[in-house]
Amino acid sequence: MLLIEDLLLEDGKDMKRRNRWIFAGLIPFAIMIAAFQLAPILSMLTGSVKAEKGAGFTLEYYTRVLTSDYYLKAIKNSLMISVTSSIAGIVIGLLCAYSITRFAPRVRDRLLMLSNMTSNFAGVPLAFAYIILLGSNGVFTLLFKQWGWDVFASFDLYSWTGLILVYIYFQIPLALLLLYPSYYGIREQWKEAASLLGASNWQFWRTVGIPVLMPAVFGTIGILFANAMGAYATAYALVGGNYNLLAIRIGSLVAGNVINEPQLGNVLAVILALTTLLAVYLNHKMTQRNQLFQSGPASVSARKHRKRLRLWAPVVKEEL
Amino acid sequence: MENVKKAGWTHRVVVTVLMVYLLLPLLATFLYAFAKEWQATILPERWTLEWFSQLFGDVRFLDALWKSFYLCAISVALSLVVMLPAVFVITVYFPKWESFMKGIVVLPYAVPGVVAAVGLIRAYSQGPINIAGTAYILIGAYFIVILPYMYQGIRNSLLTVSAVDLLHSAELLGATQTRAFINVILPNIWPGIITSTLLSFSVLFGEFVLTNMLVGGHIQTIQVYLYQRLGESGHLASAIAISYFLFILALSMILMKLGQKMNRGIEG
Repeated sequence: MLLIEDLLLEDGKDMKRRNRWIFAGLIPFAIMIAAFQLAPILSMLTGSVKAEKGAGFTLEYYTRVLTSDYYLKAIKNSLMISVTSSIAGIVIGLLCAYSITRFAPRVRDRLLMLSNMTSNFAGVPLAFAYIILLGSNGVFTLLFKQWGWDVFASFDLYSWTGLILVYIYFQIPLALLLLYPSYYGIREQWKEAASLLGASNWQFWRTVGIPVLMPAVFGTIGILFANAMGAYATAYALVGGNYNLLAIRIGSLVAGNVINEPQLGNVLAVILALTTLLAVYLNHKMTQRNQLFQSGPASVSARKHRKRLRLWAPVVKEEL
Repeated sequence: MENVKKAGWTHRVVVTVLMVYLLLPLLATFLYAFAKEWQATILPERWTLEWFSQLFGDVRFLDALWKSFYLCAISVALSLVVMLPAVFVITVYFPKWESFMKGIVVLPYAVPGVVAAVGLIRAYSQGPINIAGTAYILIGAYFIVILPYMYQGIRNSLLTVSAVDLLHSAELLGATQTRAFINVILPNIWPGIITSTLLSFSVLFGEFVLTNMLVGGHIQTIQVYLYQRLGESGHLASAIAISYFLFILALSMILMKLGQKMNRGIEG
């Protein structure tokens, strides 16, 4: 930097030109951000508190949403499905990620590649695949009927159980992707040290392993939760407007043809954004925590694994 | 944990079950796309390529494919043109602003597509800039969707090639700022940028929420087309889903190869 400053001092005109050039590089970026990121958020916020007639401030729409059984049910359903699918995703993810670490490196890479490949399979195509398998004329549905397996007779893909099943499906690859590297934060030496000191395998995991994994687990829960709360395409393709979920309600309030009450849509959107912001903030805090554990040369292997994964993942949402 | 070579049978079972679970829907879609009919048997009884020939003979499909392709290409190109100079300026001249930039760039992750669509529709369906339902609003929305990927990609490449040092050297040798950027920095960061470009492209190709809510009635992308044909013929829809998936897969393969090449280049 010193050199640049010397050059600048030599020629004042040059400096002006340079500065102009520098700021010119930022202007298009600032315009795009203002127009398509900040303006919509602001518009949504003002839209949720602006009276329909005149320019007054009102909380009418908030009270309407928060006293309506229908919308409260949508919020509750969304929270339930997100919490359930996140917890299921994290439990399955933790177990499977650990199993994957026990394989030889070549196999490990293949397995992760396959898992990441399936994370491309989300939204409308995913919903469709489940309709083929388990829909009312699905391959398995008909097979089970033919074989007389009554256990599945009451299963309905277009209901709560069906939705949960599909949500868990798209949570697992993401959970694997985010959790897998954190196992490499647990060093083999710690295990050896623990067993030298007489700790059993279970004791090691209880007192060292699990506490070290905890920040990654909570951080991942945040991401999974936000992912499920915001998921729209899968549910929309599967149940259309029939199931009462927050994201679906917002969609039909704003762009639907039947009832068109954009103000309520704004309020619901603000509520949804608040929950996902909170979840992503949790992830951010936890990643900071994680770095405490994984500072120093030991984290090189963890970082390397993370880096390798990052190249693959279309949905890497960590560490930003 | 690096020295484990042989996995125990519990781990084998766990991983096998996981893979079956993850790959089953994909496999079913794949088989369905080639099946003449498939009812109440484990595997289809007769096979056909009819659905694919029908699909590729459908003008609407080719049209949707083309629309997806050019909308994604325009958005990614726009993002490149806007982000390259901006990230360069921030990284090289204003490193102090980086945490602020990170805050801006992380927002699209925290704001779900459905929320962004609500804001965009309200901001642009009335008033001086009325672009609701047009390609412009979609391209703007796409720009924001790929913001994190483009920022990360460009910034990482700038840091790996030590852009600041390169720039100083070029200037010492008498190059002007613009010249140094175009002749020295750009060729060096190009491989990294291609990676994030392809990644952004594949992300946009799979975008449904914003597309459907912002322009669903007017512009049919491949995802919207797939959604609309879901109800008509299951086999045809599988053929669409599989074609789409294979395309994304090919893109990811290229991405991975590029990534490996880059890593090797950096490490040795």
